[in-house]
Amino acid sequence: MTSGIDELLSSNSVEARRHSLVTKVTGEFSKGLTLVAVIVIVLMLAVILANIFYHGAGTISWDFLSSPPEQGMESGGIFPAIFGTVALVILMVIFVVPIGVLTAIYLQEYTRPDSKITRLIRVAVANLAGIPSIVFGLFGLGFFIGFIGSGMDSMFYDDSSPVWGQPAIIWAAATLSLLTLPVVIISTEEALRTIPNDIKEASYALGATKLQTIMRIILPQSMPGILTGGILAVSRGAGEVAPIMFTGAAYYLPYLPSKLNDQFMELGYHIYVMATQSPDIEATKPILYGTVLVLLILTFLLNIVAILIRSKMRSARGYAG
Amino acid sequence: MEYNFKPKSKLKEFLGEKFIAVNAYVALIAILLIFIFIFKEAVPIFTDAEIQEEVTLEKMVNKQKYYEGRPAKYSWQPVSEIPKYSLLPLFIGTVKAAIIAMLFATPLAVGAAIYTSEFAPKRLREFIKPIIELLAGIPSVVLGFFALIVLATVIQNLLGLTFRLNALTAGIALGLAVIPIVFTVAEDALSSVPGTLREAAMAVGATPWQVSLTMVLPAAMPGISAGIVLGFGRAIGETMIVLMASGNAAVISWSITDSIRTFSATIAAELAEVVFGSAHYSVLFFIGSLLFVFTFIINLGGDIILSRLKTRLQGRTQ
Repeated sequence: MTSGIDELLSSNSVEARRHSLVTKVTGEFSKGLTLVAVIVIVLMLAVILANIFYHGAGTISWDFLSSPPEQGMESGGIFPAIFGTVALVILMVIFVVPIGVLTAIYLQEYTRPDSKITRLIRVAVANLAGIPSIVFGLFGLGFFIGFIGSGMDSMFYDDSSPVWGQPAIIWAAATLSLLTLPVVIISTEEALRTIPNDIKEASYALGATKLQTIMRIILPQSMPGILTGGILAVSRGAGEVAPIMFTGAAYYLPYLPSKLNDQFMELGYHIYVMATQSPDIEATKPILYGTVLVLLILTFLLNIVAILIRSKMRSARGYAG
Repeated sequence: MEYNFKPKSKLKEFLGEKFIAVNAYVALIAILLIFIFIFKEAVPIFTDAEIQEEVTLEKMVNKQKYYEGRPAKYSWQPVSEIPKYSLLPLFIGTVKAAIIAMLFATPLAVGAAIYTSEFAPKRLREFIKPIIELLAGIPSVVLGFFALIVLATVIQNLLGLTFRLNALTAGIALGLAVIPIVFTVAEDALSSVPGTLREAAMAVGATPWQVSLTMVLPAAMPGISAGIVLGFGRAIGETMIVLMASGNAAVISWSITDSIRTFSATIAAELAEVVFGSAHYSVLFFIGSLLFVFTFIINLGGDIILSRLKTRLQGRTQ
């Protein structure tokens, strides 16, 4: 009887040892396999960035950044495209940040999280983020140019040539602001959620109204989140091409946009045009790479700044996320 | 001592709240307007007799006989003597590119998500996440450019292909755009599995990787599949990458080394030259409607899966 138990025990421990070996091997194998996935992604990113920096860095100079394209874009610089991009995103920010911030405040401060309207707006925001950018382009053409712009023309102007009912920087910015609205809302909401209730309650206890609390306590406190949202929106907006192709971006313009209904050149669209329409791609390549590098640096710098602000905000509030 | 309490303005409070509320409805109204205005321009296909002479739903879906003595076929040639509007070649192109992208992106993104959430030391995790955010921050026109100038040549030389721009090149570049979406959603799902579940498994003697693969992974599976679904939605709708790297030839073929033309690239390539209000114009908006409806359903589906998962893992509704 006793020997039987011993036998059982010893056989079990062999089994257990073998089992633990299998366990260990499988464990290391699954760890290694998933690590390979990480390495492949990092390597691909590194190759793309290295290629663009290697070929693009030589092109970038003050002249390149400050002069207009020449000879069918085979030489010269990209100043009009940089100017157009900056003007476009500034306009976009003016549209999107107030609306996005107020939406977030409404969702966080005025409604219950499980109320019907909150859920409806949340579904709308989530879906807005998922609509393909080319559909935004179609919408911009059909709504802003075809409906609003043409409507303004027929109301305020008599002559037949369109003033507002044509592709223009204001319509491109409006289209982009819808596309980037979810970014601003989500980022602001995150900031609002991290504001401790004590502060709000203290404000109410002192007799402040809800609006006063929002204006003087909540908004200033959530500034980093709003800033992050705005920067991420700019970074996203500066890189989008499909929504502005039909709503305002131009192949080439001899002048800079100065009015809201002017067309404009834009970095991303400039890249697309040079890469696909150039008669001599080899001759265009240095400028093409230079333009890609400028766009990439612009979006990356913005992204990194946003990430830094956000992580600072999170650690300042002891919020581990 | 005299206190000077300002009377609170009820009106100001009221107007303030209403003003904030109005802004909050913008996202909702935008969705509705997008829906209305994309569909509105597609409606003439079903109602306008003049446009129906050129294109009908039947002509977009079924085989058509265009010339006497030649067999009926599916063809997309909107700018020709007899305009041809068959959507099948575009549909095949769209699906083909998206499937290649998902086959390329899913193992990498899910693998990386599992490593990040389950195996990575904390330091490394803080490094991987920003890297993926960096990848997500690359504008799609830059990925398209890279696919067109670099990747296409590499793949052509590697496989000895005739066509430089094809479904494979576009699909891989598209995969690069999809990886961050799948990764983020999957990683989020994995790390939202509650610690109590892990501790319970550890307490009965499971090793850390056993916990990961037999407890955490199955628990987070709905979230991972939601990530894949959302990634697929992005792959279907993405425009600039396929426009630049796919070759844009509307052919019917399931070979991955043939050129393709997708729905989104067709809109981008043709809308600029089209006559306002023509049959071709309506068809492009019809394609836009298809993209809108399709991605809307996919996103809604993904969101529902994710919120159910959250409810189940946390035992409460959010």
